[in-house]
Amino acid sequence: MSSDWISFDFGALIDSFWATTFDGLTLGAIYALVALGYTLVYGVLNLINFAHSEVFIAGAFAVVFFLSALGFGPSAPTLPIGMLILDLVLAGIIAMVVSGGTAVLVERIAYKPLRNRGASRLAFLISAIGMSFVLQYIFYEWRGATAEPAVTMFRPKPIFEVFGSIIDSQQLTIFIAAVVMMVCVDQIVQRTKLGRGIRAVAQDPDTATLMGVNKERIIVATFAIGGFLAGAAALFYVMRVPSGVFYMGGFILGIKAFTAAVLGGIGNVRGALLGGLLVGLIGNYGATILGDSQWTDVVIFIVLILVLMIRPNGILGSNLGEARV
Amino acid sequence: MSAHSPLSSVGAKQAEAYGKLGHQRPNWYLRMKSWWNDRSRWQQWLILLIVVVLAYLLPVINPPLITTEPSNDFAISCFNMALYGLVALGLNVVVGQAGLLDLGYIGFFAVGAYTASLWTSPDSPLVHIPYLWTLPLAMIVTVVFGIALGIPTLRLRGDYLAIVTLGFGEIIRLLATIVPVLKGNTGFQNVGRPPGEIDGAPIFSASNGLPWYWFTVTFIVIVMILLGNLERSRVGRAWFAIREDEDAAEIMGVPTFRFKLAAFGTGAALGGLSGALLAGQVGFVNNQKFDVPTSILFLAAVILGGQGNKLGVVIGGAIVAYVPLRFTALGGWKFLIFGIVLVLLMIFRSQGLFGKKPKLLTYTARIRRKVKKEGPPGDDEGTPPKTAPRRGGAA
Repeated sequence: MSSDWISFDFGALIDSFWATTFDGLTLGAIYALVALGYTLVYGVLNLINFAHSEVFIAGAFAVVFFLSALGFGPSAPTLPIGMLILDLVLAGIIAMVVSGGTAVLVERIAYKPLRNRGASRLAFLISAIGMSFVLQYIFYEWRGATAEPAVTMFRPKPIFEVFGSIIDSQQLTIFIAAVVMMVCVDQIVQRTKLGRGIRAVAQDPDTATLMGVNKERIIVATFAIGGFLAGAAALFYVMRVPSGVFYMGGFILGIKAFTAAVLGGIGNVRGALLGGLLVGLIGNYGATILGDSQWTDVVIFIVLILVLMIRPNGILGSNLGEARV
Repeated sequence: MSAHSPLSSVGAKQAEAYGKLGHQRPNWYLRMKSWWNDRSRWQQWLILLIVVVLAYLLPVINPPLITTEPSNDFAISCFNMALYGLVALGLNVVVGQAGLLDLGYIGFFAVGAYTASLWTSPDSPLVHIPYLWTLPLAMIVTVVFGIALGIPTLRLRGDYLAIVTLGFGEIIRLLATIVPVLKGNTGFQNVGRPPGEIDGAPIFSASNGLPWYWFTVTFIVIVMILLGNLERSRVGRAWFAIREDEDAAEIMGVPTFRFKLAAFGTGAALGGLSGALLAGQVGFVNNQKFDVPTSILFLAAVILGGQGNKLGVVIGGAIVAYVPLRFTALGGWKFLIFGIVLVLLMIFRSQGLFGKKPKLLTYTARIRRKVKKEGPPGDDEGTPPKTAPRRGGAA
């Protein structure tokens, strides 16, 4: 038996520590945006929305189609900066609408009938898995198994140097935009009337209804917010991984995002942010140390198991309903 | 947040559900069930015997319309159906009986398949042993894997367990790709098979599904008898209690962790056995067969058949394997159709096709019949009511 299949090369990590970190944070920000969708729905319905990964990839397809229609291709376009920003914002909005719409549609088709019948939690989960299959294979039948042709939005330009490694415009855009969005969502949940409704339903749906909260509307709003975030994540995903849009792409990213949500404490908005960034970092560090990106998922799942052994409810643990005003 | 027992309806809702189940079930099922319960013991055995014999003869009869030929050899299709049945039987112990959601069952299946090929294939550097020995070996190895996964994770509740098992399945698949000994996509050729020759040709071969089918059905029959006994024992009652309400079970003195581990181990062993059987029949194992969608198909088989119902899940498994083989034109649509079926099934019949009516398993058929004949038991001590919540306040 050969034993050289696994080798720990910490030197590689030390050499490229900061570059790995910045890239990990960029990926982590994308995971965190998707993880938020899982977490919000889980907080409100106690349901793992397995179809959320497909909600996300629907947005990514929309971005690719929209940008291709505008003439974006494999090589970066030469556009004035204002036009470029306008195009990207438009693409983002379209992705958010598509993902948000898909999320609400999934809720109407797969979850609402079950809720009306008072089904068990396992039934919800199976229905979610079923819906995920349906969407995945709709994309498969429609676009085939090959990835969509890559769409490059802009050539990353070095912005500044930290500890001898470069942060480029792409990383900066993704990270800042994602974090701003997450802070917005956190503030919506903490401060607005809608957020109060979400927290109330998360805490106790029946009492919330008695107190005049329209539960159905809150649930739809939660799915829509999760979908919008997934749409935004889709834009950044296409930016970072241009050739990753195919029917299984959502599943591959979704499983990491879901791990992120669980790692941070599912149902916890800030936990999703923390979990996302951690998963991004851990995956990158693991792949660098072990010298092969195939190890990424293995490392992430092992860390997840280890963390859950110590903190069975995730790192931040508390759920949406218990979050303080 | 109320009780986090994820896989069951909780408390009062449950009592309500027990009452409702009778209405949800179509009449044919009820009629069949009561007809069956009215038969005497030997009549039941006789009918079972006939059913089993018919099951064995299925590929020989090769009924028109049902057959999967000419696109797929019917005997091999039958083997696949039986294999899915066996897998569903194993997963049912974990999901249906103990109520633990396992999304990575494919991991155990893979471990079984790789165990069989590592010890028999000429491509493997290990010592070679006869194929039949790899079946118990695969079961032992998967039990070890099951316990190794179970000890750190079974303290987690429902949804967390689901993601961790999903991760386990993915880890196994990725390791099969990365670790050179497991040969990734190249895989293992010429995995062993049971001995025996007729006229110089091996009885068990990749092209002849019949012996493999009989072999697998035999396993299904044995496993069903063993599981039936287990179900009626202390272990089965403990699983039942854990599934319905883990906290209550723990308070009542059921060592839940140990029994959950037992369920995990039992399920894992059956997964390993099925994996080894597949490896033997196909004769080739690589990393392409053990992905999450397949794992979810296994779960779909259990849900479709009706969790907790042994015969039901075997039929569920057979259906899940049968449909794409019979309707080959489906191609990639099969997953789409399974998705739609899952959603519709959850909306209209969430207990599956042959959902098991929750009943206390303590009582033998004899006592059940007696209770039935005499009507609902009174409040006098010593005669426990059959289904406690039915009679509202009086109980």
